[in-house]
Parts: sequence; C-alpha cells; structure tokens
Amino acid sequence: MNNLGDFLAMGGYGLYVWGSLGMCAAVVVAELVVIRLRRRLLVQEAGDERATGEPVA
Amino acid sequence: MGSINWFHYAAPQRFYPLAGQLVPWFGALAVVLTAIGLYIGLWVAPTDAQQGEAYRIIFVHVPTAWMSMVVYLAMATWAAIGLVFNSRLSSMMATALAPTGALMTFLALWTGALWGKPTWGTWWVWDARLTSELVLLFLYIGFMALHSAIDDTRRADRAAGLLAIVGVVNLPIIYFSVQWWNTLHQGASVSITKAPSMATPMLMGMLVMALACWMYCIAVALARVRLIMLERERHAPWARQALEGMA
Repeated sequence: MNNLGDFLAMGGYGLYVWGSLGMCAAVVVAELVVIRLRRRLLVQEAGDERATGEPVA
Repeated sequence: MGSINWFHYAAPQRFYPLAGQLVPWFGALAVVLTAIGLYIGLWVAPTDAQQGEAYRIIFVHVPTAWMSMVVYLAMATWAAIGLVFNSRLSSMMATALAPTGALMTFLALWTGALWGKPTWGTWWVWDARLTSELVLLFLYIGFMALHSAIDDTRRADRAAGLLAIVGVVNLPIIYFSVQWWNTLHQGASVSITKAPSMATPMLMGMLVMALACWMYCIAVALARVRLIMLERERHAPWARQALEGMA
C-alpha cells in the first residue's frame, strides 16, 4: 500500500472494511454520548428536586 | 497480608468513588490498545492470500463477538450473585452491563454481515452460529425490556436476573455451533489446544484489539453502574452529596 487512495480502497473491499470499522466507531461514540446525556439529565432532575423539594421521578 | 476486603466495596457509597477512579484508567488503556491494535491490523499485518484485504474485518469482528459472550456471562454472574445474596450492587452491575453487551452483539452481527458478503456472497444465513448470536441479541434486549417494564426496582432485578441466568444456555450453543452443525462460518480463530493457524501479526492484532475491547467494556460498564447507583439511591445522603457536587 503506497498511498492513501490504495489504503482506503482496501483492495476493492473498502466498503466492507470501513463499513465495519465505521460502525464500531459510531456505536462507541453513541454509547458515550448517551451516558453523558443520562448523567446530565440526572444532575438536572436532582437539582430541580432540591429547588422545589418535590420528587421529579 | 495486603488482602482487600471485597465486602467493603459491596456498599454503593463505597464502590461509587472506587469505580470513579478506575474508569479513566480502563478508558485510557482502551484508547492506547485500540491505537496499537489498529496499527498492527491495518498496516503491519500482511494481506491474506485467500481473502485479500477483506479479512481485516477480523480485527473488529472477533473481539466484539468474544465480548458479546463474555459480557453476557459477566451479566448473568452478577445477576445470579444478586439473586442469591440479595445484594443491590450486584444487580446494578448486571443492569449496567446489558446495553454494552447488546452493542457488542450488534457489532459482531454487523461486521459479520459485512464480512460475509464479500467472502460467502451473502449478508446473512440462518445457520447455527449466526442464529444463536442473534438470539443472544434478543436475550440482551429482553433483559433490558423486562427490567424497565417492572416499576419496583428490586422485583425488576429478580425477574430480569432470572431471564439472564436461563439465557446462559445459549452461550455454549454459540461457541460450539461451528462444531455441532454444518455451517458457512469458520471454526474457532484461536484454540488453546492447537498451534495458531494464523500469521503472527494477524494473531497479535486480534489479541490486542480483543484486550482493547475488554478495557472499553469495563470502563463503560463502570461509568454506567455509577449512574445507576446515583439514580437508584438519589435520596441517600451520599448520593445527594455526589449529585450536588456535579451540579
């Protein structure tokens, strides 16, 4: 593999190889984002509960 | 003699800070090992004589497929400990592992389909290995659905835990499916009893990626179990304190 084009082409199997690696990357990013959002929501709800004195959930 | 009292950490308020300290280490290891594994897998490892470059899918397919089973076994073990000892933290660990296990199973199926198309000429066949792996995905989804369908958390732990334990029968079916039935799927990639059939860089790349997958799953499961602890114990003084510190 001499250049970037050859590397990305993966001998004609680019779609399959990069489709596999790309989905793995996407799943990892999505999982980390969801955890972050879940944490933010929890902190927000706990803050609301402290402010109002009433349970949110 | 330097032994750790594990029961000390069975209480959520003590496990919470410990897990918090461990997450960045496992996360960093996952990043470093992934970089090394991809370097070996994409640059160092030679082109396969039969499959050309398509075989490089192995570096994500085998690790995710292994983890799909390892995470299930861990989840079922924690669920069983939770059922037997009625320990909250064990059930929380089982619940924290389920989404990561489901994602690993999905990735094993996805990368398998993308590998099957160029090598077998089909995305999917209803053979024993593929079907039992799909059943594994449904077991994870069933575990999560059942858990979220029951309002009483402790009852949800017990019901979903029981499902997880029963589902363990699927693991040997997945593992031995390539020996028990005729299948398109190739046999085990790595065996303890046989000499490795792969070139060394291929094997190294796969093992490093597998290790990276382990580290990732541990980091994410610990991060998620910390959230679950806070969610469930939000009215306990330690959790209130932690939540106020995060606001």
